Amino acid sequence: MTAEDQKAFEDEIYAFVGREVCPPTPARDDVNNAMIRQWTEIIGDTNPAYTDAAWAAGSARGKTIAPPAMMYVWGQEGFKVTTGRPADAQADLVNLFNKHGYTGVLGTNVRQEYFREVSPGDNVVMTMTIDNISERKTTGRGPGYFFETLATFTNQHGEKIGTQRFKVLKFIPQEQPATAASEQALKVPTRIASVRGHDNGWWWNAVDDGKVLIQRCKDCQTLRHPPRPMCGHCQSMEWDSIESTLDGEVLSYTCVRYPAVPGYPKDPICAVIGLGEGTNLVANVVGCEYSDVFIGMKVKGKVERVDEKTILPQFYPL
Amino acid sequence: MVANVKDKAVIVGVGNTKFSKDSGVSELSLAAQAVKAALDDAGLKPTDLDGFATFTMDANDEIEVARTLGCGDLTFWGRSHYGGGAATGSLHQAVMAVSTGMAECVAVFRALNGRSGHRFSAGVSEGVMTADIIHWGWYMPYGLLTPASWVAMFTQRWMHLTGVTKDALFEVAHTTRNYAVNNPNAFFYQRPFDRAEYDAARMICDPLQLFDCCQESDGASCVIVTTPERARDLRQPGVSVRGVAQAAAPDQEQMTSFYRKEFAAIPEMEIAAKNCYAMSGLKADDIDAAVIYDAFSPIVLWQMEAWGFCGFGESGDFVLDGAMRPDGRLPTNTHGGQLSEAYIHGVNGIVEATKLVRGTSLNQPNKTVNNALVTSGVGIPTGGAILGKMH
Ligand SMILES: [Zn+2]
Repeated sequence: MTAEDQKAFEDEIYAFVGREVCPPTPARDDVNNAMIRQWTEIIGDTNPAYTDAAWAAGSARGKTIAPPAMMYVWGQEGFKVTTGRPADAQADLVNLFNKHGYTGVLGTNVRQEYFREVSPGDNVVMTMTIDNISERKTTGRGPGYFFETLATFTNQHGEKIGTQRFKVLKFIPQEQPATAASEQALKVPTRIASVRGHDNGWWWNAVDDGKVLIQRCKDCQTLRHPPRPMCGHCQSMEWDSIESTLDGEVLSYTCVRYPAVPGYPKDPICAVIGLGEGTNLVANVVGCEYSDVFIGMKVKGKVERVDEKTILPQFYPL
Repeated sequence: MVANVKDKAVIVGVGNTKFSKDSGVSELSLAAQAVKAALDDAGLKPTDLDGFATFTMDANDEIEVARTLGCGDLTFWGRSHYGGGAATGSLHQAVMAVSTGMAECVAVFRALNGRSGHRFSAGVSEGVMTADIIHWGWYMPYGLLTPASWVAMFTQRWMHLTGVTKDALFEVAHTTRNYAVNNPNAFFYQRPFDRAEYDAARMICDPLQLFDCCQESDGASCVIVTTPERARDLRQPGVSVRGVAQAAAPDQEQMTSFYRKEFAAIPEMEIAAKNCYAMSGLKADDIDAAVIYDAFSPIVLWQMEAWGFCGFGESGDFVLDGAMRPDGRLPTNTHGGQLSEAYIHGVNGIVEATKLVRGTSLNQPNKTVNNALVTSGVGIPTGGAILGKMH
């Protein structure tokens, strides 16, 4: 593609930004108990606010509500899509990408925001537009563009209940030898493991069993971390350990943005956590945005599997 | 020339661990046990030690042994190379240190699992388990993998405690760049940046952005050191080492001293400063210019505090008053630093400090610099030196 062709193509795709994919469309079925029950069973959500009418009658709301994450469910076409979708701006955009070789498609992320609850009997109305299209990016899958749709949901009174952003990568698939592709599929990178020796192996083994231990001097009871073979206070070689409750406070933190390392989440938040027991521990803070973290923030740790080979303590905001 | 160490160092204690084919413990445990046994023999405590001497081949970092034993300040560690040839070589290091006053009480040790662990007969075919590898294991699984990430952790907390803002970090990076702009040998010669470009640059590890981080460079730097007698006969005016010190402080780790009561601090650099001043008989007021190790912009600020140019938390105001600039109180990193000249592990800084004293620094023409400071890296066991005009 020449620079002129590229420019013409981009002018054509960027003209889609702001276009309506779907005008305000009421769901064919109102919010109903049957759908809520099936959805929560599949998801495994046992919150009585969704399905237990007797419990809900005694709650502050006085009635059951639909799980907010179901917002997008109500307007789904259902079985009809197997016979084809009606043309809309999104379909036109996808066709345009396909025509220029950007035939690969990958849904990269979904982000929902909730403003108001709905209950059985309400009707959810969806509106959707093409919100933005990125510049041309080089990705691991091949060169491509990210486009994002913005769906807005209201109830039958026109009150906004939530929004959903859905980001899709349209890319030119890179040809790879079949064997290389299958090998790549098998090798999912994992985090760099900690080497286990005499003085620290027992600590990591306990993490594998779901516990964070703190070494304690048997003679003077001083706690120490990272583990060492001798007590720095009384020089005793005798030690045992206690299990941390993982109640902690952020003493400092950073977001490691660059360079990205294979096997690690993007932009991990790393922190020095002051544990309630008095020793410090370095670990990730998860379950919140970087901008939510501050020095002095109270956190609670959980030992969790983070990839195929790695189990780590992770800390969540309280 | 006659060595002046006669009778100035004495062996006062000895200790062994059990000898076996399979110790069942780490090499670090063996080192700690042997040092403790020798201290007991001498009637001394771990806090009486201020130095270590061992083999380069020994797998136990001195600061690991020190933390294990519960030592206090360290002012000396020396290693001798070449395998078994280091046996009396390690003692030689200790004698030099004690006779010159670099340390008062030095433990000479060597610890190895030479049979159950890495066997010399295995050559290099086996992996070696060192305290250093275990050390990095506390950080690697979380993604805390780079110098920027470790320094960011200190920076975030230090800024929180002091209220120093990115204005001060910008001032360090910007002033340093402006020196490089005038230095034809600098990577960023004639390439200035402004505040908008600084603010727009890529975030590396919050709060460190691109221009807060040094470069990676190919290159080399060298200084030749000789005796004052010899120096008088040479072409250039002599630059004397007025004072030089190394230091590690309690609970020192490599780049991750996160377990101290207050870790937004560099006590090791304060020790180096104190000892350099004591050695040279000089004080902060006597220093006319400085080359302060700048792998990252904030570490320049901490070192200004450690060397007493201002108090804790005052370095932001100190530089914002223009102290680092060509006509400021303390022209600093006048070559463009490692941020903007080149990253030659601080040796290019020694070259620049020498030029400052000679009066040949490009950015300090016609200045009389009686004494210049040059420092080592931060977050690790570190040191510094004061250079001055040879009398
Ligand atoms: Zn103890």
